[in-house]
Amino acid sequence: MTEQKQEKELLAISSGDAAQPFRWSVGKHGSKFLAELRDNKKLFGVKCPKCGRVYVPPRMVCGRCWAQMDEFVPVKDTGEIVVCTIVQFSFVDPNTGIQRPVPYGYAFVKLDGADTAIPHFLDSTDPDKVKVGARVKAVFEEKRTGSLMDIKHFAVL
Amino acid sequence: MGKKVAIVGFGQTYQRSSRRDVNGVELINEAVTAALADADITIKDIDAVVIGNMDHFEGINYVDMWSVEGAGAVMKPIIKVTTGGTTGMTVAMSAYYHVASGMFDRVLAIGWEKNSESDTTGAIITAFHPVWERPNLGGAIAGLAVEASKYMDNYGVTERDGARVAVRERLHALNNPYAHLHQEWMKGMEVDKLVELLVTSEQNQMLAYPLRMSDMCPRTDGAAAVVFASEGVAEKTASKLAWVAATANRHDFVFLGDIDWDFNQTMGDAAKKVFAKAGIKDPLKEIDLCELYLPYSYGGLKWMENMGFCGPGEGPRLLWDKITDMDGELPVNPSGGVMSSNPIGATALLRVGEAAWQIMRKSGPRQVQKNVNYALATGFGGCSWADVMLLSSKKPA
Ligand SMILES: [Zn+2]
Repeated sequence: MTEQKQEKELLAISSGDAAQPFRWSVGKHGSKFLAELRDNKKLFGVKCPKCGRVYVPPRMVCGRCWAQMDEFVPVKDTGEIVVCTIVQFSFVDPNTGIQRPVPYGYAFVKLDGADTAIPHFLDSTDPDKVKVGARVKAVFEEKRTGSLMDIKHFAVL
Repeated sequence: MGKKVAIVGFGQTYQRSSRRDVNGVELINEAVTAALADADITIKDIDAVVIGNMDHFEGINYVDMWSVEGAGAVMKPIIKVTTGGTTGMTVAMSAYYHVASGMFDRVLAIGWEKNSESDTTGAIITAFHPVWERPNLGGAIAGLAVEASKYMDNYGVTERDGARVAVRERLHALNNPYAHLHQEWMKGMEVDKLVELLVTSEQNQMLAYPLRMSDMCPRTDGAAAVVFASEGVAEKTASKLAWVAATANRHDFVFLGDIDWDFNQTMGDAAKKVFAKAGIKDPLKEIDLCELYLPYSYGGLKWMENMGFCGPGEGPRLLWDKITDMDGELPVNPSGGVMSSNPIGATALLRVGEAAWQIMRKSGPRQVQKNVNYALATGFGGCSWADVMLLSSKKPA
């Protein structure tokens, strides 16, 4: 028996188009962030009462200080690229089930007023613009649903 | 302080892109059988089993339950441990803790993965936060590419430096019959020429700048198993032993966006901890060999610095001076490492097994010439986590 034929007779069973939907709780802080983004195109972080770090996305606990955080502080819709790349390989996006269109600019953006960064798409795939330290500004979707993707992408300035 | 623990046996499957001829349980069984043979014991001698993989890749959740026949765990204690990329090291640490506790004499650690069964990048994305990270994450490749962007920006490191790491790993893999990638065309070619080819060839597809195909690990079907035994029992089980000198793991942040991209804090701190425990002051001089979880080329530069093998920005010098080559002062990944075989749940356990075999001088064509007294094995995963284990030829004091 040829190797090729042998390989053909080793069966693999496909899962088909099975899908398992989830509903994820985002909590009080996460809900406020997403609601402000959806309704007012405003961005907020939450500040640690002990170390003063401003976290975006907001969360309840500063793990460094083991302190509860409740103070919401506005952050700007402008910021800086901390790290970045231009993604050129395509893959199945588990959020949509389809191939992610490429190429796209991808960066962790530290919003002005925040101490942590959020991952997002960039409007550019120009290697001369997509650089560590580059300034960016959020571009909002017209129709917003209360998701991080209400920011369509960041424009590289 | 618990019992001293030694590794008495290691086994692995041949690492391949797809193993259609076996299902997961059968794959696991191959590695377990090999490890028992290596330790010259039978499954009856095993008191407990720790097993792990990343559930996402096969879409099956209870490997501790459905693998018992292949794992050799029928009517024995078996525990599943899964921590992402570090899984293979966490099962090793967990097996070590079992034995060190004094409650078990011989414990089997198993790691495995059948990466051929799903889209690896898609599956990796599901390990991250569904609301705040998944919508735009690009899996491990994009996550590592961004780390490289900062490292290059900080120190003026070039694509050639990254390619030199890839060349080292792939040349080493040619000595390892178990490795997944055997790039025979590289054989006998000069390092400079290979580096030049990797950074200029159009066939070497750019995945996410600066990472080309050659800068990344493959996706692999494979399994590994390691037997840990207690002092007193270990000496009677095998003539060649690799003692666990110290182990540590570190997790820091919730989200990738929280990380300090200038310094791999978890890897640095875990390494510092095991070196301190073993009384090691100058890791470059005192560690004889490394089997490091380097999923991509630039990890072989930046993380070396963060673990204290050299100063900030000096990773490329260590590399180009051939210090980390097979016959260098500190051989790194004689097995070919993660960039040559990556059955994810088994990957870090392969580091432990390969490091142990180097101490036992059982590594065949990939055995380093020099004496190996201290060998460092690492795991890396998830949101920049690190699990580290230091092995020694001598029973720790
Ligand atoms: Zn704090």
